[in-house]
Amino acid sequence: MSFFDNNVQQLKYEVLSEVAKLAFANELSAEKLMDVAGIVVPEGKARMRCCIYKERAIVNERVKIAMGGNAKKTNVVEVLEIACDECPVDGIQVTPACRGCIAHRCVNACPKQAIEVVDRQAVIDKSRCVECGRCIAACSYSAITKHTRPCVNACKANALAINKETKKVAIKEDKCISCGACVYRCPFGAIVDKSYITQAIRILLESRNNAVFKVYAVVAPSFASQYAAIPEITIEKVVTAIKKLGFFSVIEAALGADLVAYSEADELVEKGFLTSSCCPAFVQYIQKNFAALEEHVSRNLSPMARLAKEIKQRDPYGKVIFIGPCIAKKAERQLAGVKDLVDCVLTFEELQALLNAKGIDLRALEETPLNNASFFGRIFARTGGLSEAVVQALQEKEISREQFDCKPLACNGIAECKTALLKANKRLLAENFIEGMICEGGCIGGPACLTHSSKDRAFVDSYGQKAIEKTIGDAVAVFE
Amino acid sequence: MNIYVCIGSSCHQRSSYAVMRQLKAMIAENRLGNSVFVSSAFCLGHCAAGVTIQIDDEIITGVGMGNIADIFQDRILAAVR
Ligand code: FES
Repeated sequence: MSFFDNNVQQLKYEVLSEVAKLAFANELSAEKLMDVAGIVVPEGKARMRCCIYKERAIVNERVKIAMGGNAKKTNVVEVLEIACDECPVDGIQVTPACRGCIAHRCVNACPKQAIEVVDRQAVIDKSRCVECGRCIAACSYSAITKHTRPCVNACKANALAINKETKKVAIKEDKCISCGACVYRCPFGAIVDKSYITQAIRILLESRNNAVFKVYAVVAPSFASQYAAIPEITIEKVVTAIKKLGFFSVIEAALGADLVAYSEADELVEKGFLTSSCCPAFVQYIQKNFAALEEHVSRNLSPMARLAKEIKQRDPYGKVIFIGPCIAKKAERQLAGVKDLVDCVLTFEELQALLNAKGIDLRALEETPLNNASFFGRIFARTGGLSEAVVQALQEKEISREQFDCKPLACNGIAECKTALLKANKRLLAENFIEGMICEGGCIGGPACLTHSSKDRAFVDSYGQKAIEKTIGDAVAVFE
Repeated sequence: MNIYVCIGSSCHQRSSYAVMRQLKAMIAENRLGNSVFVSSAFCLGHCAAGVTIQIDDEIITGVGMGNIADIFQDRILAAVR
């Protein structure tokens, strides 16, 4: 049974698993790495591309990405040109399903007079068409379709361009916020996130079972929804599995979220208007598109970095590896203030590959408890959670409505973030706190989640209910 | 004297937060705030035997609300007085 919701994730996982096996065995030689392609694509009929030789050539590129990708490029998202299938980009097209009917709804729906019926076939004048899509909706035969590339469609940051000569997709670095939407959406797996699994494994090996230094796993709040649909797998079993990989301890990043909510409440009162800083893609989006608003971004570290700081204060020789749903976290890790706090970032996909490489079967394990954060820290995983937590923190701090009237706006996904930022830029925003989550649904919609199900939000909330600490103040009291 | 109370998940489930609160209260009560320092640790490596605390270099397991007062008397108060 696959853990993933599509086969691109599965393929990526197979490659990562093979590389992880070599890394754990300390056998990352060029020859061994060359063998991976033959293992992932065995002799026989091609399953994905024209022939197994092309498939293997692509796997070789995936191996490079699994090894950390192109070190000269700082962006953690890269295009695998050879894997890009050059999807059509010819805009709105009339397909042979057009019956040449006499209603001509398409013609009438077009605001630009771009459609004519010639010889009982609708014909689109490309010079006039603005690709509004009204004819698509109007046609009774669904005979009109729009060809945009799934990656371009997915990228709401407007960071993808098509190279006119090669027809391959390319990343506009000045626009890309490393959110990874294209990585998840490309049906050919041609846009990928650099992987740092070999770094993580090196840290684990060098720790010699936590004798030389301790390795801490900080797991994102969206951990709660990753395996929730599989009855035989509990969160507590996955914690045991992570420890079996060689981690000393597993801690909820949600505890960092509690700390963030607590101090963000104070900062909000102090500044009067604030945007959240938890989502690294949102912060990048502001920096690249709304530079004037940058001063309003909360100065708080993200929950990941905030918790890592607490860990390192207590154990300066310890290493922190974050495990989450997020590709942009890999970029955040490169920031000056975060580099020394977080030693490596893995995704849930990559965690699964590490477990597979070690032959760890999640179903068969005993349980290890995980309980660090409050309900409010835990619901950071889904849209609206951060706002609820900040409101709660204000209440706990007994800051009354009269002292500060908090009006949060939870922006679910990049489109809502954009609208709010546009308004804020013109000082037309009624609210005074913007919670910005670039992924739809919040972190549970992250590109490197194992699944993306409509039930995930409910899973997060019910896991939140299981927290021992009921208030943020109780959860963070141990740090005073 | 430095005391570390484990706030890892296993110890937390066995009420290490309460142990920590209690310890801090007793230290304040006895005005030891200048000589005994309490802080937290993320797991002291004895998860199955918690609550675990560390007094300077010594690990004590099996701590709970039932015996923290005794531990304070015998191990902490006795040592600093
Ligand atoms: S959780 Fe307390 S010793 Fe591990």
